[in-house]
Amino acid sequence: MNKRIANRLALSVLWLCAGTTVAVLGAVIIYVFVNGIGQLSPEFIFTWPQGVNAEGGIWPTIVSTLYVTGLAMLIVTPIGVLAAVFLAEYAVQGRLVRIIRFAADSLASVPSIIMGLFGLALFVETMHIGFSMISAALALSFLMLPIVMRTTEEAIRAVPKYIRWGSYGLGASKWQTVSRIVIPAAMPRILTGLILATGRAVGETAVVIFTMGQAINLPISPLDSGRPMTVHLYMLAMEGINLPAAYGTALLLMIMILFFNLTARWLLRRNRRMQG
Amino acid sequence: MADEPMTTGTPSESKSTLKLMSKSMYAKEAALRNLFLLCATAAVAGVALIFLFVGVRGWPIIQDPGLGAFLFGKVWSSSTDQFGILPLVTGTLVITIGALFLGAPLAVGTAVFLSEIASPKVRAVVRPAVELLAGVPSVVYGFFGLIILRPIVANVTGGLGFGPLTAAIILAVMIVPTIATLTEDALGSVVPGIREASYAMGATTWQTIYKVLLPAASIGIIDAIILGMGRAVGETMAVVMVAGNAPQFYQGLGEPVSTLTSQIVIDMSYASGTHRTALFGMAVILFLISMGLVALVRVISSRKKER
Repeated sequence: MNKRIANRLALSVLWLCAGTTVAVLGAVIIYVFVNGIGQLSPEFIFTWPQGVNAEGGIWPTIVSTLYVTGLAMLIVTPIGVLAAVFLAEYAVQGRLVRIIRFAADSLASVPSIIMGLFGLALFVETMHIGFSMISAALALSFLMLPIVMRTTEEAIRAVPKYIRWGSYGLGASKWQTVSRIVIPAAMPRILTGLILATGRAVGETAVVIFTMGQAINLPISPLDSGRPMTVHLYMLAMEGINLPAAYGTALLLMIMILFFNLTARWLLRRNRRMQG
Repeated sequence: MADEPMTTGTPSESKSTLKLMSKSMYAKEAALRNLFLLCATAAVAGVALIFLFVGVRGWPIIQDPGLGAFLFGKVWSSSTDQFGILPLVTGTLVITIGALFLGAPLAVGTAVFLSEIASPKVRAVVRPAVELLAGVPSVVYGFFGLIILRPIVANVTGGLGFGPLTAAIILAVMIVPTIATLTEDALGSVVPGIREASYAMGATTWQTIYKVLLPAASIGIIDAIILGMGRAVGETMAVVMVAGNAPQFYQGLGEPVSTLTSQIVIDMSYASGTHRTALFGMAVILFLISMGLVALVRVISSRKKER
């Protein structure tokens, strides 16, 4: 009897843990939605901030965020995917592969503020690119590289071996097999990984604050500086000015992140259904 | 198994099979392989570049105030040019321990729930929630902490609510996804047979979890907690927004403190000279801590494989 009671008790504690986790997420989302929804309007999205209190919209910050994210994706996608192709298809277990994996793991765990200082030291100052979209995108791409590498490698490894055998059996070379059989088969999961990395880049603050600059600007060329949404939110919140705009910015950020996450899940689910 | 001769070796090793190819094709295959290798070494180059460029700027700290004065100095004050990071290190330590104390049980509990108790329907709600929690930007967590949590904490501790308690609660939430996902993986890789053996002997679900599964997955769980710790040590924006940012020693749960990361963000925009060097020096230390934790996880995991 005693062990039944202990069991009941312990299981309710575990339910409580899971419940708390879900409740916290719910609280954050509801709080941001309830406070931000009144702020969302075409004016808020498409006009410039004005005056000392940053009244008006946040258009330049949205453009800056999308600009730098897109640029970072352009840089990181080929490198990350091909690196994963190497690790999954070509690499022979050995010291080199061990070093590469350790480096990727380390890169994944580097605090983002360090990535920011690194970008500042290398791209902004040493290479004299200055505060710009490209400096921020380069620094961000180091942050995203391990994510893209890991998810792509998993995607490639999940492709069944016999598909490759079929290709080799027909006389295809290694590269023909990889490029025409393996990568297309792994594509949905590779895309999922890329989308998740994009979400990560959109929400990143500490990297971009020291590489993109903080002045509000509408970036045209990659050498232009700007202020992304996350930094805008940070500054509004810390200075305690214009809280409604802060709520609105937070809501838009959350909507973007939710969009990326849900798209990634949807892709994965569709892929799983198609494979039966 | 003598399977797939073309995939087991590199092109140079399996020349005998590659004779079937034309020379130009062989050259193309080899060139592509080397290109991919180059991409893969980008990760190594990244680590080296970070170390080099952050390190070079932080290096002079060894000469100017000296390593001892930097690491063990008790005063951080830019106005008097004193840059001892001991108060910041203790701030980081207190907040990290607090976050682990609150977050690790919650995360492990959630993971056990997902892996052992939840029905597929419940799991379909909880697991995406955990993943989404990982996707919420840290500045949104900080904002939430600043506006909602801080006044609540202020009621309990007095003062303004900026301090280790608020920061630890926010960080606890932020490390839950890291620890929970890895713990769930660890529980999932426990051989299924021992689970059934435990149930067959009449153990309850809780006895099976507590006496069989948790010990069997213990190394994976420890790894998960270490990586969660790395996340807590390195987290920046959320901490800046709620910790209070006063570079002083811990004085109470509701008294402002500063951490290594938050002090970098606060000071970087105006720092120059030794001050700036000290900030880069702190970044090097953070980098070493995070790499050390990754190495620790590798050592623990490889020990497990040997056993």
